[in-house]
Amino acid sequence: MPYAVKRTGFYALVVFIVLFSVFPFYYAILTSLKSGTALFRVNYLPVDFSLANYEGVLTNGVFPTNILNSVILAVVVVAISLFLAVTAAYALSRINFAGRGLLLLTILAVSMFPQIAVLAGLFEMVRWAGVYNTLFSLIFAYMIFTLPFTVWVLTTFMRDLPIEIEEAAIVDGASPFTIVMRVFLPLMWPALVTTGLLAFIAAWNEFLFALTFVSNNATRTVPVAIALLSGASEQEIPWGTIMAASVIVTVPLIVLVLIFQRKIISGLTAGGVKG
Amino acid sequence: MANLKLTKVRKAYGSVEVLHGIDLDIRAGEFVVFVGPSGCGKSTLLRVIAGLEDITGGTLEIGGRVVNALTPKQRGIAMVFQSYALYPHMTVYDNMAFGLTLEKGTGKEEIDRRVREAARILQIEPYLDRLPKALSGGQRQRVAIGRAITRDPQVFLFDEPLSNLDAALRVQTRIEIARLHERMEGTTMIYVTHDQVEAMTLADRIVVLNKGHVEQVGSPMELYNSPDNLFVAKFLGSPSMNILPATIESAGATTRVVPQGGSTVDLPVATPGSLQGKPAHLGIRPEDLSVSDDRAAPFRGTVVLTESLGEVTLVYIDIGRADEPFVAKLPGEVAMERGTRIGLTARPEAMRLFDESGQAIRSQMRRAA
Repeated sequence: MPYAVKRTGFYALVVFIVLFSVFPFYYAILTSLKSGTALFRVNYLPVDFSLANYEGVLTNGVFPTNILNSVILAVVVVAISLFLAVTAAYALSRINFAGRGLLLLTILAVSMFPQIAVLAGLFEMVRWAGVYNTLFSLIFAYMIFTLPFTVWVLTTFMRDLPIEIEEAAIVDGASPFTIVMRVFLPLMWPALVTTGLLAFIAAWNEFLFALTFVSNNATRTVPVAIALLSGASEQEIPWGTIMAASVIVTVPLIVLVLIFQRKIISGLTAGGVKG
Repeated sequence: MANLKLTKVRKAYGSVEVLHGIDLDIRAGEFVVFVGPSGCGKSTLLRVIAGLEDITGGTLEIGGRVVNALTPKQRGIAMVFQSYALYPHMTVYDNMAFGLTLEKGTGKEEIDRRVREAARILQIEPYLDRLPKALSGGQRQRVAIGRAITRDPQVFLFDEPLSNLDAALRVQTRIEIARLHERMEGTTMIYVTHDQVEAMTLADRIVVLNKGHVEQVGSPMELYNSPDNLFVAKFLGSPSMNILPATIESAGATTRVVPQGGSTVDLPVATPGSLQGKPAHLGIRPEDLSVSDDRAAPFRGTVVLTESLGEVTLVYIDIGRADEPFVAKLPGEVAMERGTRIGLTARPEAMRLFDESGQAIRSQMRRAA
């Protein structure tokens, strides 16, 4: 096949993939800027420009509180998950104990249960613990899906860190906690950023648990709040407001990825030991 | 200032024992080199002394104190790793200061003074602000040594520190380590290597290890001149000692031996009569052999191969033994056609006799020689 054809084919594919992944979001932005009956006219280029929907969603009742809830929830979930996962990863990757393999497999198995399967049981636990209708219930529930993959990814990553560096730190008199905090953590930035982002996104987008464990409007998180946005009458679905809210909650994710992609640099251990 | 005393030190991984009761006394301020082939347990022994591996049995004393259950830090040791093992995210300065910052009661000025002193000794002052990845291999190894110096250890451990360096740098760093030992008077140093040149040049005493046992302990020249057994005899020296199976024809004040592939030689070694007629091993170092035109030269054969190294020539000779060729190390350049028949001889005092089990047979006369 001639070079030109290959090249054209390649870029056609790129354009297709970009369109496929970006178009829905682009269309959400377009819709969020329309108002009134313009909402129901289909067009692919921005013709209207009205911020009324944004104004509406941000001044309407508890939506700003919902955003704050989501931020607090996601940040706390990420912080606790990473702390537990890093300490667990040290034990699972560097300390030999009976049943280590079994424990790792169990952790993996936990992440295989569908959310709906554990929902009823979790609900009972949440009621029993007295955290129903609070963010604590969600912090607790989200660990179920964030911890397995953070533990697995960090364990794999830590296992690949050179053992001599740890031994050098032991000879230098560092305790296991000092080794994890001052020697391993700085070397694990790429893994921490990646797993932290994934955990953040998972917590940010989660719907089912958030819908079930919280019934109070002011305690809801953003995905549930958006789904429950209602218009003036039961028959009207407020597409403009929903799209504006969706755009608002997507922006933080994009900003986070852009900030941290600089941190995802490879070869951080270069120079420590002979390759 | 600390001596080390190992008493019946054993190390086992599960049911596999890799160190079988090591007894060793190391004097304070001594430079001791552990040497042996791969898998002989020399690195394991060093790691046991360091405290990176538990001791399965026996006791280890440093400075008269049993340290079996102490951490590396409490033992007062510092270690230089083969792969440098620097902290990649810290500058050279922080790498060297890290151990000190973990100690309570060491002030900032004191840390700074010690780091700069170590940097001055090792000539790495210009690189203090660099990260390890911006350094060459030799510089990295010096930082690793510097990190150990700042800790001011009682015992300094080296685990094959030169094996990742290229040949020229290896010689240079070897000399620096020898100087460092002179400078750090009173600091005991233990050095693991498989390189016999490093062992011979650096050591006050060499410990030859084989399969988890100590074969012999002694100064480099003791080991070279009077090896206790066949293993030590073959391990030190390059090319290694020629060993010929032999029979003791007559024992007594001097011993008459008939080696396979050679003619009868009389050795100035006294042997007990019980060895009369018994099999033995005759060892001759390649450098002790010289060409002889004498028809009575004990070793005669045809040249198989010559290797010219410049200052010496190695000549491989077939003397009618199937297994290993007989090697002679002759001074200067020696031109010899393949297939040439030559005779070789050695002074009887330079030949070593080992009994059937490989133990050296020595006598007072041999020692005097």
